[in-house]
Amino acid sequence: MSVGVILLVHTAFDRAEQVARHWAQGGRPVVIHVDAKVPKDRFRTFQQALADLPDVLFSRRHRCEWGTWGLVAASQDASELMLERFADVQHVYLSSGSCLPLRPVDELRAYLADRPRTDFIESATTADVPWTVGGLDHERFTLQFPFSWRKHRYLFDKFVDLQRATGYARRIPEGLTPHMGSQWWCLTRKTLSAILNDPERPRHDRYFRRVWIPDESYFQTLARLYSTQIESRSLTLSKFDFQGKPHIFYDDHLQLLRRSDCFVARKIWPQANRLYEAFLTDPNTAQQRQEPNPGKIDRIFAKAVDRRTRGRPGLYMQSRFPRMGWENGVTAGKYSVFQGFAELFVGFEDWLAKSTGAQVHGHLYAPDRAEFAGGETVIAGALPDNALARDGNPKAFLTNLLWNTRGERQCFQYGPADNPKVLRHMTLDPNAQISVISGAWAVPLYQSNSDFAEIRAEAARLQRIEAKMLDELRKPDVKARIRTWTMADFIEAPMEPLQTLIDEIGQKNARRLAEAPRLVDLSGFGQFLQNLKNQGMHPYLMGDFPVDPIPRNRPGSSRKPYLVRK
Amino acid sequence: MQRKRWRIRAFRKRRELRPVANRTDQIRASDILLFSTQRNEGIRLPYFLRYYRDMGVSHFFFVDNDSTDGSLNYLAEQPDVSVWTTRASYKRARFGVDWLNWLLMQHAHGHWALTVDPDELFLYPFCDTRPLSALTDWLDASSIKSFSAMLLDMYPKGRIDQHPYRTGQDPLEIASWFDAGNYSIQKNPQFGNLWIQGGPRARVFFADKPKLAPALNKIPLVKWDRRYAYVSSTHNLLPRGLNQVYDEWGGEKASGLLLHTKFLSTFSEKAEEELDRGQHYGASREYIAYAEAVRDKPDLWCKWSEKYINWRQLEILGLMSKGNWA
Repeated sequence: MSVGVILLVHTAFDRAEQVARHWAQGGRPVVIHVDAKVPKDRFRTFQQALADLPDVLFSRRHRCEWGTWGLVAASQDASELMLERFADVQHVYLSSGSCLPLRPVDELRAYLADRPRTDFIESATTADVPWTVGGLDHERFTLQFPFSWRKHRYLFDKFVDLQRATGYARRIPEGLTPHMGSQWWCLTRKTLSAILNDPERPRHDRYFRRVWIPDESYFQTLARLYSTQIESRSLTLSKFDFQGKPHIFYDDHLQLLRRSDCFVARKIWPQANRLYEAFLTDPNTAQQRQEPNPGKIDRIFAKAVDRRTRGRPGLYMQSRFPRMGWENGVTAGKYSVFQGFAELFVGFEDWLAKSTGAQVHGHLYAPDRAEFAGGETVIAGALPDNALARDGNPKAFLTNLLWNTRGERQCFQYGPADNPKVLRHMTLDPNAQISVISGAWAVPLYQSNSDFAEIRAEAARLQRIEAKMLDELRKPDVKARIRTWTMADFIEAPMEPLQTLIDEIGQKNARRLAEAPRLVDLSGFGQFLQNLKNQGMHPYLMGDFPVDPIPRNRPGSSRKPYLVRK
Repeated sequence: MQRKRWRIRAFRKRRELRPVANRTDQIRASDILLFSTQRNEGIRLPYFLRYYRDMGVSHFFFVDNDSTDGSLNYLAEQPDVSVWTTRASYKRARFGVDWLNWLLMQHAHGHWALTVDPDELFLYPFCDTRPLSALTDWLDASSIKSFSAMLLDMYPKGRIDQHPYRTGQDPLEIASWFDAGNYSIQKNPQFGNLWIQGGPRARVFFADKPKLAPALNKIPLVKWDRRYAYVSSTHNLLPRGLNQVYDEWGGEKASGLLLHTKFLSTFSEKAEEELDRGQHYGASREYIAYAEAVRDKPDLWCKWSEKYINWRQLEILGLMSKGNWA
C-alpha cells in the first residue's frame, strides 16, 4: 500500500525540487509534469537536479494555460505513468510545485492506508457551488470558449453574450452529470484507472477539451461514474479570495499552518524560507505539533474576503470610498441628533449625559465652531473644532467623528442656525436618531434683549430654514429614525417622549428617569409670538401658544414631580 | 492627449539632467526600483537608503537638484544608486515630475517602481514580516498595477526644533505622532483619483484656509509601463485607470502609507530656505504658511495625537487596509 505524488510545475524550480525530494525521501514515488512553456535548458537543469532519485519520473510535457485542457492532459499522462511504473501505488495525490506538505509523509501514507477505497475529491453539482469565477457555472459545460479569459476578456465576454442571445448550447454527453470542485485531488488506483481506461474516454476527452476550466470538472465529473466511495473534500488546504484566486501563504502563517489538519497547503510564496525550512526539514519525524485548529485559518481568510467585498462600516479612507448607497453603513455607529431640546430645557446637555452616559456635544454644526462636549477644541482622532474645515466637507466631519469615537454613543444638538448641508446625509443614515421640537429656536430669541426688528428678521430666517429641514425629514427615502413634535405638543407632556428617546439610546440603565430636565421659563412666550405676528411675521412651527395668561393645562401643577417651573 | 503632453514635456526636460553615476546596467528584470528627487537632504539619506534596502529595493534613481551639502557625492558613491544632477528650476520641471517621468520612461518599463521623497517612509500591510517583493508578487497575481499610500504627516511632541535629528537615526524616534481621524476626502472628477486633505498641516498651518491644505493622496508604487506618466507629484497619474486604487462598492482595497517625516529639527531651516527659493507648488504658499506658523506656534502635538506603534495599529485605525491580502 502506498501513495504516489504528481507534481505540476511551471515555475520556482528550486522549491519544486525541494518538495519532490521531500516526498521521495519519505519513500513516495513522484511523477513531475513540467509546463511545455518552460525553456528546454531550464527543464534539463531541473531534471538533472533530481537525477539522483530513482523514484522521481518526468511525464510528457503539455502547454498549461490557466483554464484550459492542458492541465487535464498533463494530469492524465502523469497518472498513467504513475500507475504503470509503480505497481504498489494505491492512491495518487495530485499537487503542484507550489504546494507544501504540512504533515509527515508517513502520516499521509497511514491515513490513506486506513481508507483504501476512498477517493478524496471535491465534487459538487454546478447548482450547489458558490465559488465560480466570472459567474459561469452550468454554462461552462454548454457554451464554447475559444477566447482566453485572461488575455482576451472582452472577446470572451462578448462571445458568451452572443451564445446566450442565440440560445446556443452544447450537448452534454449521455451519462455525465457535470460536477465541479478543487483540482487538487487524491484518487484510488481503481477509480483513476477506470477513468483512464474507459472505452468512452476519447468521447469524454473530446467533450471536456472545450469545457471552460476542465481541470475543475474533468476528474470531478468522471469520478462520480466509477468511485464507490467519494469523500467530497480536498486533502489540500487551499483558500480562495473573492476573485477565485488562491490565497498565498507566507512566513507569518507558520503557526496557522502548524494548526491545520490538512496534509498539503497551497499556495506557498516561493520565497517563504521559514515555511520551507519548518516543514521540509525531516520527512518522517513528527514535528512539534499543536492541536489542529483549522477553523482559525478559515476565519482569517473569510475575514479577508469580507474586508475586500464589504469593508468596515462607516470607514472612508484612501482605498475605501463607497458611492452613495453602497456604504454598508453610512457611519460607524448609532448617534442621536436633538433639535430644539437644548433651547427648551435648562442644562439639557448635562442632563442627557448624566442619564445616558453618552458623549453629548453642543451644536456640532454651529456657524463659528463645532461645540464639542466639555468645551474641547479638539477631540478623538485629532478632529479640530474648526468650522471652515468642517464646512468644507460636512459629511466627512460627521463620519470622522463617529469613526473616531466608535464604541461610545454620540449625541449632539442641531438647529436651523447650523450648517444645513449635513442634514441630508443624516436622514439617509439608519444609524441616525433625529428628534426635532419644531419652533424651539424662538425661545432664545424670546429671551434675548436684541432690537425687535432684528429678532423678527432672525425669526423669519430660522423658520424658513426649519420648514425646509422638516420637508427634508419627511422625504420618502429617509432611513434615519425620525421624530418631530411642535413645541406646543412637546411641553404638553414631555416625559414620555424623553423616556422613549433615552431608552432608545439604551446606554446605562433601563430604569425610569428619576430626574427631569428643567423647562425654561415660558411665561410671556405667547405674548412674544403675538408680537411677532403683530409685526407681520407668522410663527407657526411651534404650534399654538395662546397669549398670556398661560393656558390652564400648562406643565407645572399636575406634573410637579417631573417639571419644576422656575 | 494630456498624457502625451506630459510625456513630451518629460522628453524635453531630459536635457536638463546630467548623469553623475549611471549603474543601470546592474538592474535585473525582477528588480524593484526607487525614484526620488532630492536637494540638500544629506542628513536623511543614510537612513533612507538603509530603510528601503532592507525592504527589498534593488536600485535607486536620484535626481539631485543642485545640492550644496555634499549629498550628490555621497549618492554617487553608493553601489546601488544611479544619480543625475541638474541646476535647472525645480518649479519649471513641475516640481521634479518631468525629470522623474523621464527616468521612469527610460528605466522602469516592466518594473515595479516606487517614487518617494527622501522624507517619506513607505509602509504596507505585513511589512514587518514580508519583503516588498511579496507585495509586488501578490499585486502581479491579482492583476493590480498601482498601489495607494496616503501621506501621513508625522511630528514630534513639543517644539519641532526641540530634538535635533542625527544622521542615520530613525526619524520616527523623534517624529512619532500623527493625526488619526481628521481626513476629508473628495473625488477628483478629472483624473478619477481621490483628493485627501487633513492631518496636522490642515489642522495647524492651514486652519484659516483649509481648502488650500496640501493633498495627501499618493500612488507611489506602480508596475511601470513606458506609456504612463505622473501628473502632479505622485498624487495622480495617467492613464486614469491607474488612479482607481479605491473601491466604490463598499469593499476595501489593499493600501499602505507614506510616513512623512518632514517635521524634524531640520524643518525650520528648510522652510526658510525653500521660501527664499520660491520653487514650490502654488506660489510656495505651503512654505509661506509654514514659515509663519513655525515662528510662533511650532507644536503640532495635541492631546488626541496618536503615537506610532506599527502598521497593524494604522490598519485598525482605518488609515490603511490589508484589503484582500491575508
